Amino acid sequence: MPDSAVSFPLAPRPLAAGLRVLPLFPLAAPLSLLARRVIAANPGLIERLGVYGACRFAIDPTDLPLVLLLHPHPSRARITVHRRPPAEADTRIAGPLAALLGLVHGTWDGDALFFSRDLVIEGDTGAALALRNAIDDAELDLGAEVAGLAGPMRGRLAPLIGLAERVTRLPLRRTREV
Amino acid sequence: MELVCPAGTPAALRAAVAAGAHTVYCGYADDTNARNFPGLNFSRAEMEAAIAHAHAQCAKVLVAINTFPRAGDPGPWHAAVADAAAAGADAVILADTGLLAHTAEHHPDLRRHLSVQAAAANPDAINFHAEAFGVKRVVLPRVLSVQEITAINREIDVETEVFVFGGLCVMAEGRCSLSSYATGQSPNMNGVCSPASHVAYDEDADGTLSARLGGFTIHRSARGEPAPYPTLCKGCFTSNARTGYVFEDPTSLDASQLIPQLAKAGVSALKIEGRQRSRAYVAKVVRAFRAATDALAAGRPIPPGTLAALTEGQSATTGAYAKTWR
Repeated sequence: MPDSAVSFPLAPRPLAAGLRVLPLFPLAAPLSLLARRVIAANPGLIERLGVYGACRFAIDPTDLPLVLLLHPHPSRARITVHRRPPAEADTRIAGPLAALLGLVHGTWDGDALFFSRDLVIEGDTGAALALRNAIDDAELDLGAEVAGLAGPMRGRLAPLIGLAERVTRLPLRRTREV
Repeated sequence: MELVCPAGTPAALRAAVAAGAHTVYCGYADDTNARNFPGLNFSRAEMEAAIAHAHAQCAKVLVAINTFPRAGDPGPWHAAVADAAAAGADAVILADTGLLAHTAEHHPDLRRHLSVQAAAANPDAINFHAEAFGVKRVVLPRVLSVQEITAINREIDVETEVFVFGGLCVMAEGRCSLSSYATGQSPNMNGVCSPASHVAYDEDADGTLSARLGGFTIHRSARGEPAPYPTLCKGCFTSNARTGYVFEDPTSLDASQLIPQLAKAGVSALKIEGRQRSRAYVAKVVRAFRAATDALAAGRPIPPGTLAALTEGQSATTGAYAKTWR
């Protein structure tokens, strides 16, 4: 974690450009699969959401032309993909993709990102706080989870994720020092 | 000097221990502790596992049961103390005199610390709690100068613990009702100052962020300006054509450079605020302060602070420790 204001790398331009012109609905199925895998491996995630377990969470990477809507559930979690924050969202957590990934991976502190205005919360603040704390406790590694989806190809995918992390400077894996 | 570090989740506790915490403080996921925020705190099973993990790494765990029991319903608070004792907690941090009396009577072997929520800020108050309830350590309110702490330590026989980093409360802790005025809930009774369920943010088209608490707008931050916690004490208000922070500026405590003076003042333990913060915050702050306490033990200068990005308002103060206004 840097000691002064964080300067986040932007999401890769080719990725943003591609997402701008391509249909988004094909992303929903693999992202939902990933969400179910993560929740199955970390049941404490749903428990920590408590009364906010039925909320709809809009995750808005501001440097990408899409918004993810998370529908949490112990076994039937879904992620739908939208161009703009959908009205059905109970809360919206917005920030650069790097900041959002860094929150998941324990790279950065959520309150510090809020103080610096890199993170914006709208809607139900309690729901956003519950999700942030639940994810922080789960010590997730999305890079490892994505590699896990590849089954027997996992060993080949993991180095590619590491390479993508170095090239894009996005925190695609869990911070090891934590 | 013992370093007492915050943990809002089991992951944060593991991060604190790994970063060099001598002691970690945490609480149960209910309104018995003063950081009762959504998604935070420990179930009974998590507390048992966390204490076992800390003890295996030679670290201690203090369980904060530092809100004030509801009239006619002390059961949850009594159960929290009993469960902390059964889980092997090294001490409980208590504020309410009734709960202190109950703990002294029913769990005499469970070490008792006096929470900052008790606002015991003079020798008479501290000695009363020591004599009446066998309190072994008092967490001093954040309103005292180093000289005043020195004077207190000369007149008491219990250990003192002081905050060295994190959010500041300007009020005498345990007696602040600002949150109650706006939301009906307070840290004293419900464990929440400015409960998240009563907080709302709106960002205008020009980038101005408005923070509302219980429907009242309490702060506006222009584009690019740091945002504070949504507490009334950090609110920015307009009155008689003047706009400013009525109670205190949104800034955080950083007393790292005062650690040698605090040691000379007789302080036994240094406390880091932030059970509501992430494991990233915990790891970084604990590591920095462990380096500071190790430097003190080795007779070396305290390393310069490097934690500004983590502080509210992106700025820090030595607070009342070096106060010049009185």
